[in-house]
Amino acid sequence: MQLKTVFRSALVAGMAMVASVSVNAQDITGAGATFPFPIYAKWADAYKKESGVGMNYQSIGSGAGVKQIMSKTVVFGATDAPLTADQLDKAGLVQWPQVMGALVAIVNIDGVKQAEMVFDGPTLADIYLGKIKTWNDPIIAKLNPNVKLPNAAITVVRRSDGSGTTFVWTNYLSEVSPDWKSKVGVGTAVEWPVGVGARGNEGVAGNVGQTRNSIGYVEFAYAKQANLTYTLLKNGTGQTLRPMKETFQAAAANADWAKAPGYRIILTNQPGEKSWPITAATFILMHKQPTDAGQARRALDFFTWAFEKGDAMAEELDFIPMPDSVVKLIKQTWAKDIQTK
Amino acid sequence: MNNRLPSDARETGAQMTDFAMQASTTREAPVADRAQALKQFALSDKTFYWLTRVSAVSVLLLLGGIIISLTVGAWPAIQHFGLSFLTTQRWAPQIEPAPILGGLGPIYGTLVSSIIAMLIAVPVGLGIAIFLTELCPAWLRRPFGIAIELLAGIPSIIYGMWGFFVLAPFLADHFQPLLIATFEGVPVLGAIFGGPPSYLSLFNASVVLAIMILPFITAISRDVFMTVPPVLKESAYGIGCTTWEVVRSVVIPYTRVGVIGGVMLALGRALGETMAVTFIIGNSFRIQDSIFAPGTTISAAIASEFAESGGLHQSALFFLGLLLFVLTFFVLACARIMLMRLERQKGT
Repeated sequence: MQLKTVFRSALVAGMAMVASVSVNAQDITGAGATFPFPIYAKWADAYKKESGVGMNYQSIGSGAGVKQIMSKTVVFGATDAPLTADQLDKAGLVQWPQVMGALVAIVNIDGVKQAEMVFDGPTLADIYLGKIKTWNDPIIAKLNPNVKLPNAAITVVRRSDGSGTTFVWTNYLSEVSPDWKSKVGVGTAVEWPVGVGARGNEGVAGNVGQTRNSIGYVEFAYAKQANLTYTLLKNGTGQTLRPMKETFQAAAANADWAKAPGYRIILTNQPGEKSWPITAATFILMHKQPTDAGQARRALDFFTWAFEKGDAMAEELDFIPMPDSVVKLIKQTWAKDIQTK
Repeated sequence: MNNRLPSDARETGAQMTDFAMQASTTREAPVADRAQALKQFALSDKTFYWLTRVSAVSVLLLLGGIIISLTVGAWPAIQHFGLSFLTTQRWAPQIEPAPILGGLGPIYGTLVSSIIAMLIAVPVGLGIAIFLTELCPAWLRRPFGIAIELLAGIPSIIYGMWGFFVLAPFLADHFQPLLIATFEGVPVLGAIFGGPPSYLSLFNASVVLAIMILPFITAISRDVFMTVPPVLKESAYGIGCTTWEVVRSVVIPYTRVGVIGGVMLALGRALGETMAVTFIIGNSFRIQDSIFAPGTTISAAIASEFAESGGLHQSALFFLGLLLFVLTFFVLACARIMLMRLERQKGT
């Protein structure tokens, strides 16, 4: 029996450590974040048809993706939580943002419709800190004068697995709430004061859908496709915003990418009246001196193609393409830092 | 094997082979042939002996290898946290530079969920087994037995999904409010069965666990109940015992060892169950008074966090795995000791 138990744990470990499945030598291999998986898969499909070069991406999670690229078992790694300049230098890696997404809060309250409720950052932080315990709390009521809120306990739903989504969410809560920053902080997995943990975006969505009077956070693309009751958000300037392409892009446009080493900008709480406050880029990692220059060149060809021809596909899936000005910077970085000869 | 036999037996064996050889070959067969054939027999015997021995030893090597690799993985955490890992409730992997991690929450959740599951599954499982062997009309026995065995064959992820979509809402909407209302204001019990009701909770996970281990207890108890000699039961009925008295004073005492074995097997499964529990326990590391609050178990914690962990965080998860290993080993060892003691009691 004890053997069985250990085998199970070993299986879990195995899932995380699966390196690269043997593929066509021409194929580009990558591994990492689960959040951009839909768009990377779509790009890979279209690119294969056009160029004949396949791209094999394993969505094993940001942390595992970083481990894979560091041990050089893949050509590129993908992460939602960007590495710091120090980490990049130490590992000899180049990092750039490939595509963006945004988070929304979803709720399940009888009678509350999609895009009806309004939150602001400090309120979300207090709910996730367990300070605001019921839906008819005066702070929530003040933000939502026209919504009939029940006198019921709030069930907080969050991720149980380590996740780039959680990294972005906790980063936002730290930006807007000093209390959150000192008591909990930022991470892909944190010490949650309250709430139940669910696995993956779909787990959080499923739990919120299932549990009355609950709140959760998911990727907007996910919320839209699953038709969840997402909410509006007040940003730092006091504007109440809808989650949509324009507000997401506003957040990216206002960021100063040129000055950030390794493009390490987390797009939460960006300035600007139209900036959706929980926007995030997802990043690609490659070695400056790749062991196989041909592979690296093919990977860069793929990413160039994605920047040039992949925008429409990204928007179809509710991802936000990087602004052209940023793409130009990224191409300069490639030419300067990555040896493909 | 030949070399282990006493010499006279070996001789007889040689003679027998001799006869067999004579039967199949002509009488004039040279002596050298016979010696060669005998040598061949000895060789195949030896090969067989070593093959089985290697198979047996490989199990031990595997077990040892797993323990060593778990310990190696857990070593940084063991060094950093030491014994305080067992008493710390905080699980804060985000703290820089070194996370604060303690295994008390998952250990507590593992033990409590298993205990509650056993409290539910043991009486029900024994009840089913008694019904099947003593009271059930013969034509119903087979379908009933097969249904129980099918229950054991359902993959745990299915239990998880069913628990999440069907059982958890039912428990949270109907069963938990009843208990909360009943025990409200009662000291201790009021806290244990405290509100609010929750879809994802230690209790819901325990109920699903109970259903998952039920077939183990039932199937094994049924099989051992069948071994009771009919003459014992018949004599008990003959002197006017009721069915209850027969079960209590004849069947259970006769089969005690087997039943405890089945229960321990079930407990082992409950301790290590991962997927179904991860779905419904709520994955919260905080220990709360109420069993209707979310919790976590060792295996659920590892399954949830392993993929995105690194450094001390990952090492701490290995440490948890090692603890589960030790815990399960401890439970099985306890079961052995209990069985040995019972055997001895029966002897005197």
